[in-house]
Order: sequence, then structure tokens, then C-alpha cells
Amino acid sequence: MKISYTLNGRARTDEVDPARPLTEYLRAQGCLSVKRGCETSNCGLCTVLVDGRPVLSCTTLTARINGKSVLTLEGLEDRAAEIGGYLAAQGAEQCGFCSPGLIMNIIAMTDELTDPTEDEIREYLAGNLCRCTGYVSQLRAIRQYLADRKEAEQA
Amino acid sequence: MKHRYVGRAVPKSDARALTTGKPVYTDDIAPAGCLIVKVLRSPHAHALIEDINTDIAKKVPGIACVLTWKDVPQHRFTMAGQTFPEPSPYDRLILDRRVRFVGDAVAIVAGETEEAVDRALRLVKVKYEVLEPVLDPHTAKDNPILVHPESDWVANCPVGADNKRNLCASGQDGHGDIEAVLATCDVVLERTYHTKANQQAMMETFRTFTQLDAYGRLNVISSTQVPFHVRRILSIALGIPKSKIRVVKPRLGGGFGAKQTVVTEIYPAIVTMKTGRPAKIIYTRYESQIASSPRHEMEVTVRIGAMRDGTIRGIDLYTLSNTGAFGEHGPTTVGLSGHKPIPLYSANQEAYRFRYDVVYTNVMSAGAYRGYGATQGTFAVESIVGELADVLGIDPVELRLKNLTREGQIMPAYYGETANACALDRCVTRVREMIGWDEKVKPRVMPDGKIRAVGMAMAMQGSGISNVDVGSVIIRLSDDGTYNMLIGCTDMGTGCDTILAQMAADCLDCRMEQIAVYASDTDVAPYDSGSYASATTYVTGMACVRACTELREKIVRAGAKHLLLTPDEVEFDGARVYALSDETRAVTLADIAYGAQCGCTEALSATVSHSSPVSPPPFMAGACEIEVDPETGHVELLDYVAAVDCGTPINPALARVQTEGGLVQGIGMALYEDVVYSDKGVDLSNSFMQYKIPSRLDIGKIRVVFESSYEKTGPFGAKSIGEIVINTPSPAIADAVARATGVRVRTLPITAEKIVMGMQEKA
Repeated sequence: MKISYTLNGRARTDEVDPARPLTEYLRAQGCLSVKRGCETSNCGLCTVLVDGRPVLSCTTLTARINGKSVLTLEGLEDRAAEIGGYLAAQGAEQCGFCSPGLIMNIIAMTDELTDPTEDEIREYLAGNLCRCTGYVSQLRAIRQYLADRKEAEQA
Repeated sequence: MKHRYVGRAVPKSDARALTTGKPVYTDDIAPAGCLIVKVLRSPHAHALIEDINTDIAKKVPGIACVLTWKDVPQHRFTMAGQTFPEPSPYDRLILDRRVRFVGDAVAIVAGETEEAVDRALRLVKVKYEVLEPVLDPHTAKDNPILVHPESDWVANCPVGADNKRNLCASGQDGHGDIEAVLATCDVVLERTYHTKANQQAMMETFRTFTQLDAYGRLNVISSTQVPFHVRRILSIALGIPKSKIRVVKPRLGGGFGAKQTVVTEIYPAIVTMKTGRPAKIIYTRYESQIASSPRHEMEVTVRIGAMRDGTIRGIDLYTLSNTGAFGEHGPTTVGLSGHKPIPLYSANQEAYRFRYDVVYTNVMSAGAYRGYGATQGTFAVESIVGELADVLGIDPVELRLKNLTREGQIMPAYYGETANACALDRCVTRVREMIGWDEKVKPRVMPDGKIRAVGMAMAMQGSGISNVDVGSVIIRLSDDGTYNMLIGCTDMGTGCDTILAQMAADCLDCRMEQIAVYASDTDVAPYDSGSYASATTYVTGMACVRACTELREKIVRAGAKHLLLTPDEVEFDGARVYALSDETRAVTLADIAYGAQCGCTEALSATVSHSSPVSPPPFMAGACEIEVDPETGHVELLDYVAAVDCGTPINPALARVQTEGGLVQGIGMALYEDVVYSDKGVDLSNSFMQYKIPSRLDIGKIRVVFESSYEKTGPFGAKSIGEIVINTPSPAIADAVARATGVRVRTLPITAEKIVMGMQEKA
């Protein structure tokens, strides 16, 4: 199947296996930030943005991105580095394997919610599993990031 | 003493690469076009392969090889990543005629595409003689059905193993006359506790790729905690010299002990050896759940003897451990189930006895998982101490404070070691305050009928394996006054590459950026046992301190030579060597370094291996507040507090995250996680749908503090932290549930069903 889509800002046309999971397709395109942690839509590691909304690429068929715009961490390096800095300050990236999916979803959350409460943050990111950190350091980092962002906006 | 880096929350050196998604993990760097390797797995818990036909499978276009037991070396080995000779019996073949669990390897298929391999897997025709399996660990010992009847099974160490009795290990030790002591106690309690197999569930599943280098050597790039053990194990399994194997560890997506077993390495390795082509295997989550290296299921029976005033005089403990189909880490994990919890109560302990059996059964092999047996034993001992407190009518905190091990005391059940650095009493007092124990110890019924209660537990672990673990560091001065540090330990996200650089920078009075750390590659790095047994900070850390000290001396000598002075006439401040008599008479480090590249005969480098005759335990206490819904049995964890004595926290942020992460894994073990088998031995917990690890909605508040002691034999006073932190949640939560509901759950996990059923039985 021939599809046209935008990957990290660049328009592309490709002949694809429509049933191939998007995770594998994107990795084959060099987007190696996209990780697979399970096959059952449970872990959130494979999160990418399709038309600005977070989706689990492991259970998205490649055909579904036809006509859409896809963002992976490769296309969001500056924002990833900024959020990553907050995570690193807490030691909250640890093994880092879940970081790309988590940061994709933090970006989506920041774009979607204004001033989320702690419960809203936990709710929004509930689908992003992490086995290293126990989540609390990530929450500290995210709250600091959001607070600094708010301060910068108000300044 | 204040240090520039040690004791500071320095971000990890690899943070930017990890958080911007750079390709630094095994699968990211595997060459394009390498063969895809998969394993055909047994549908039976116990069977003999009568016939296996690969003719059709081999004809699938793109298939490079299909290997069966007939195609692989037939000498036994263990996949346990341990120091040679491994205590784990040599009970495995790469592929065996006998399959021993549902998921055991039957054939290895390699091909150019995943589709081709999947097709070929379906076309391998296997005829099985299905045998009756041994599934119940209680009936495994001396069962007429043998999991390992083969004559070439061998135990290399005297661990009490006997394959003709389904015994992977057995033994006993003790101190004093336990029966005599218990006979004269006012109260003797006996209870049995059961902990289940748990999956480490690191986010990056098991994976490896292999290729031949320009010298025809097998290069193994693997997500492993133990590169040097991988090299040796592959050499034994494949029957090729170690000099022909190089093992490289890239970034790891977590390990928690799972990757202390050689779970995947052998499969692409033999494919590359057979075909000469690069090959990779990436386990699915399904495979990581059904054919991996989970925590040993253990049933621990404890007898504890005490006087009416709460003096605990003796502990008698028996562990039945289920190692599954193979003996990986079986003989060693069981030891910690006694040797870690019993010595928590050394103060008034007159005698202890510890006996154990480790049995083979037809389920997946167990392995190493954070806590390594201590977790199981701690659930038992800390639970029975809670029960003892109830029987004696003594507050459990007071009972612990009366009996816990204090600094300077000898711990007979911990190899007779002395607790030279021990803040356990402070840890207990601290969590008592933090959780508000004295106000909350009486359970409170809330207006909505839910019940709130608190619970507490203590724990200890070790810091490396005494007289066994080796950590090594090579540090050398490079061109312009920077350093290269080579280490063989394996940062699996824990941050050891960073904390060792913190130590080195403080030892050498330089900035961390001046130290380039590289790990780990068996061709390049000095030997290290690997990162497990809570060894890295304590053992490799000390190697780092010693190597830097040695290098400093060499720099001083070289500098003195430049200045035409003797070494005791000069000083090194990290940037230059100067004359004590005249500080302006100096030579810079850069000049010393360049000098070492011109007409020099003494290398400005130091190589140090370190091993410790002791394994100083970190100590901790954890306490929780829960809310139980008596209608449903649902437990909500409101608050978990922990006070940890890891000696000096080298990097407080990383130590804190280790603690928080370990606690949440422990909470998962306590409340949800369970590897469940069908009556045919099929693992039903085969995905994250069934095997639920905590999400961020499942935890309440978690608060961590450090109550540091100073360990003189450790680097900068440090002990360890990686494992101990998983041990307290199960007993603390069980204790709180018992206080809230009167139901003492002795079989993990503490599910709503068990609580409700228990409450109904009592009513």
C-alpha cells in the first residue's frame, strides 16, 4: 500500500505493508527512539504523536498514518532535552528505556492540559509504565518542569 | 569532610542521550540485515523429543538455519552469571532431547526476515513422548519422576545437590543449640509463609546480537549485567576458547537481576558460529514472561522463640525453594533467605538454625531478582515478628527496638560478621516518627467504613559477595591532563558509570568532565564479576578509590622528576604538581601527560582489582499506612516511608530513586505480582495484561530519608543500596492488613480475595 504522511516535519511517500505495526515501521525509518516494551498496549514505551495526539504505535497499523503527521522524539529533540534535563536532575530517567515514550506523553499532556493537578498528571501518564523509578521522582521532575514553564510564560 | 562530587546529586552522564532517544541500546545498534533468531518452544511441561523434522522448515525462502538438539554441542553448562566455579549445577544443554517446562527450547530458527522465521517455526515437525511433570515443589524432593535423570548432570560445588532426588541444593547451618533454646522460651511461634515467582519486568526485554569480527572472533553485544560471565558461559556451552569471544554491553534498559542469567546470548551466538552471519534475538514480552529467570518461589517456615518481656532468643528457619526446570541461582538465593533476615535480630539471639531444600520442578527456571532470596526470607521473619508482637501484646516497634542488631554487635547468622556500621535503630525510630506510628497503631474506621492501619518491617542485605566478587578499575592519564577510566561493571540504569566518576574526580581533585568512563567490553575493561549482589558501589567503588590513589602517586613521581625534586618535596593539587618549598615552581598535569608520551618508560596508569573479606550490610526500615475496604478487600496504599542506611550515599538523587523504585517493585510483589501456572504447567502470566506491575496510579505517597552510618571498608564510607530496598513492602503491608482486618496473609500477593475470604472465615 502506498501512503503519504509527514514524519517529523518532512513529507514522505512510501510503499508499506499496511498491517505492519507502526513501531516496527518507524524504527525501520531510523526513528530508533521508538521502543517496544510489550505487545499488548500496556507499557506506553512506543508512544508517538499522530496529528498531535499520543498513540501507541505498537498497536497502530502503518496504514493508519496515511495522510497524517507523525512526530517521534527525533523531531522533538529540543523539547525532549529540556524535559529530560528535569528528569535527569532527579535521577528519574534511570535506564532510560521508557523515557522516550514518557517524554512524548509529557509533551502531549503539556500541549493538551493547562496547569494540570498532581492527580491529572498521574492520570494522563498512567499508561506509561516504568520499572526503575517507582514514578515519584518523575512526578517531582514533571511538577518542576511545569512550574518553571508557567513562570517563564508569566514573565 | 565535604567533597566536590561525592554526596552530590550529579545527573547521570548518559542522561541526555537517554532522554532524547538516542540509539544506544542493543537493538538500536544491531547491524541492518542481521539474521533474525527465534526459538521454537515446548508446549509440554515434560516430554522427550522422539522425532524432530526440519526439512520443510529449512526450505522456507530466507531461512539460514534450523538447529535441533542433534546440531548443538552436548555438554552441560549453567546460564547463571556467577563466579567460576558456579554454585549452580551444570544442568543445561543449548538444546536438549528432554524438554522440562512449557516454553523450553526445542529448536533454533534463523532467517532473513521475521516472517520467514515465523513460517519456518510453524513447519518444524516435532513428535513428543509426553511425560508426567513435577509441578508441585512440595512433592518434588524424592519424587520418582526426575527433572534431571541424565548421567552427565554435574554440580561443581558442594551445595547438597542430587539430581536423583530432584535436589538442586540442600543444607543447614546454625549457631548454638536451637532446640534447647526454644525449649526454654516462654513463647514459641511457628508459621509458614509463601512467596511467589515474580518477574523483574525490566522495560527492555532480553536481547543479544552477535557477529564475527575481522579476526573471526565471536562478538556478542548483549543487554547483560555480567559480560565476563557471558564470555565464560558461551565458551563452555559452545566449546570454543574464551580468546575467541568478545562481549560488549551497550546501555541496558533495566536488569534487576534478570540479566544476571544468560537468557538469550546462546541462541544468536550458535547461529553466528554455524552460519558466519550476524544474528540477533529480541525477546517479546511474552517470551520474557514465560522463558526467563524470575524470582524463586519459596515457602519459608519459621519458628521463633521469645520470653514474655519480648526477648527474642532463637530463630529456626526452613526454606523450600523452587528453582524450576534448571538450577540457575538456586543454591545461592536460598542462602539469603536465612542469612539476611535472621541476623536482623542478633541482639539477644542465643541460637539460630537454618535448613533448606531447593527442588527442581517442571516450570521455567528461576534466577536472580533484586533481593535474591533475602526478600523471601524477610517476608517470613518480619511477618512472624509482627505475629509474635500480637501474641506477646507488645508494640511491634518496641519489640524490634529491643531485639534489633546495633552497631558493634556480632551477627552469628551473618557469617559471624560484626555490624561495624549500623544505623538500624535510627532507621526504625525515624520511620516510626514519619508514619505517625504511635498515633496510628490502633486501626481507625473511617466514616465510609474503610479501615486505616499501619505496618512496619526492617531489612538488611549485603554489599557484594565477600571474598568472591571482584571489581576492577583501570585509570590512565591521557594527552592533555584528562583521564580515561575503564570499568567492567555494568550500568543498567543505576548510574554506576556516573557515581564511579564522581568518586574518581574527588580522588584526583579534578572535574568530572575530565574523566571519560567506558564500560563494558571484555576486550577492553578489566575483569569485574558484574553488577549484581549489591556489589558495584562498594566493591568496584573501592577499586576506583585505590586505582586513583595509585595513579596520584605516579603523577606525583612524574611531576617531581620534571621539577628535579623527590616525590616528598612536591604536592599534586589536581591541576599541577608543585614544589612544597616554592609553589610557583610547578609543572601542569597536561605537561606531565604529554611528557608521558615522549621518551617515557613509566605508564601513567593504574589497574586495581578489589575484593572484600566482608560484606557490610545496608540496613533499613519501612512503614506504611493503608486503607482497606472491608466490603471488597481492596487495599489502598496511602503512604510508604523508608529510612535507609546505605552508608554514605554517593549520589543522593540516584540513591533516592533506587529506593523509591525498589519500594514500588516491592509493593507490586506485595499486592499484585504472581507468576501463575495452569495445572498443566502453562504460564498464564504471559503478558502485561495478566502480570500487572504497579502503574503510577497504584502508589500513594512515598517518602525516603537516609540515616547514614559510615562504613570504613567502603569507598567514602559507602555500603550498598540496590537490593535492600525491595525487601520491606511485603511484610510491612501484610502487617498493616493484619492490623486493619485481623487477617494475616501469609501467601503473597496480598489480594483483595484473600483478605475478604479471611475476614469471612473469621466472622
